[in-house]
Amino acid sequence: MFDFLDSGQYDLLGAFWVTAQLALYSAIGSLIWGTALAAMRVSPVPLMRSFGTAYVNFVRNTPLTVVIVACSLVLDQTLGVTLGGSDFKEIGFRLAILGLVAYTGTFVCEALRSGINTVPPGQAEAARALGLSFFQVLTLVVLPQAFRAAVTPLANVLIALTKNTTVAAAISAAEAAFLMKEMIENEAQALFTVFAIFAFGFIVLTLPTGLALGWAAKRLAVKR
Amino acid sequence: MKLRNTSAAVAAVALLALTATACGGGSDSGSNGDKITVGIKFDQPGLGLKTPDGKYVGFDVDVARYVAKELGYAEDKINFKQAPSAERENLIKNGDVKFIVASYSINDKRKKEVDFAGPYFLAHQDLLVRADDTSITKVEDLNSKKLCSVTGSTSAQNVRDKLAPKADLQQLGGYSECLTGLQNKRVDALTTDDSILAGYASQKEHQGKFKLAGLRMSDENYGIGLKKGDDELRGKINKALEKMVSDGTWEKLVKEHFGPSGYKYESAPKVQG
Repeated sequence: MFDFLDSGQYDLLGAFWVTAQLALYSAIGSLIWGTALAAMRVSPVPLMRSFGTAYVNFVRNTPLTVVIVACSLVLDQTLGVTLGGSDFKEIGFRLAILGLVAYTGTFVCEALRSGINTVPPGQAEAARALGLSFFQVLTLVVLPQAFRAAVTPLANVLIALTKNTTVAAAISAAEAAFLMKEMIENEAQALFTVFAIFAFGFIVLTLPTGLALGWAAKRLAVKR
Repeated sequence: MKLRNTSAAVAAVALLALTATACGGGSDSGSNGDKITVGIKFDQPGLGLKTPDGKYVGFDVDVARYVAKELGYAEDKINFKQAPSAERENLIKNGDVKFIVASYSINDKRKKEVDFAGPYFLAHQDLLVRADDTSITKVEDLNSKKLCSVTGSTSAQNVRDKLAPKADLQQLGGYSECLTGLQNKRVDALTTDDSILAGYASQKEHQGKFKLAGLRMSDENYGIGLKKGDDELRGKINKALEKMVSDGTWEKLVKEHFGPSGYKYESAPKVQG
């Protein structure tokens, strides 16, 4: 049943390694971008607030496939943006990270905003009264607590992101779903076995993430 | 009394629903009384395409119609069902379709799972290039080129593993997406079976923009897939295919669907009895 795996034709570990890299880089990128978006959405400047709101609502409601394919069709194939990649595999990988960050950032932003809401408004007011600027209030008082409260929703976002990386197969990034398509093409007789292998692979990636972050959420939560 | 009426009504509705679903399920099986279900592609211009107004056009579709007619099914008795490449074996094995005409290349691995009638067409892996591009004349030229194909497809694997390992190969979700890159000179060629390429080149919006390179990099014998061991059906389909070639229908259909691209197709392959 699994004999086609022994042929050495398929580099399963390599493909899942690319998936893990995609997920990791996109996670870092979307954490930064999502934090910036959240800061914009709570900032006192109306222009930034409305940009944040418009961006989140627009990108969050666009299907990820559209975002990723647009990265390839519009940025690469029409405008020639390659992000410094030298061949299509590399370009696809980088563009996929760009698309995933743009998309996942919106969810990080909203998770963080829910975290910000757990911080009693009195704290921000007290900090203002002490003479701290908006930026200082955010980075010294509000965000540290908001992050600690938002670990659980952020873990959800990370798990969703890990699984969303499969969309990158549509633009040449050689990750797990890309290999799955190849295997299905060659081993159509073992269709369900192939599916099971990849489902298992993703469980191996996401289950420990969920457990570790669940544990961290308990440890980090601000006791009030 | 009121209650009894209501429960009777509910029971009647439930019964109706059950019979209705039973009917729905029945009509889906490979052949059911006077209807036949045939698997085709819905997304390949020239071979099997579902048009926006719900019609089916293409060479494979017309072959399927001809064969069904020879088997005794008029055109309105044919149910077309989408048969994506990855699902073809399962559709046949589960009896969802009677047979499949969907650019289905005969190979040994597939023969273990299903039986094939035909072949009815001999295609080759080829390249689609811009009409003014003359830089590709042999397979070796590809190593310095940028190519595009569909993610995980056999053609893409052929290029990467055998034909031109050094070529920069882009793999996208569909051939139409590759065409954007080809048009914008982001890639130099789109590679897959020449029959499929000819279908794209013959589309109205693409006529004159692209041409086939004519490299014949592999042999793909298209067969009609059917349930393993159904020799009776296989014999009938083979007879229908032979008749289709001898009465000139084959030639007519090939000209109709591939003609506008200037595709130099092979003559009809001999059916393997």
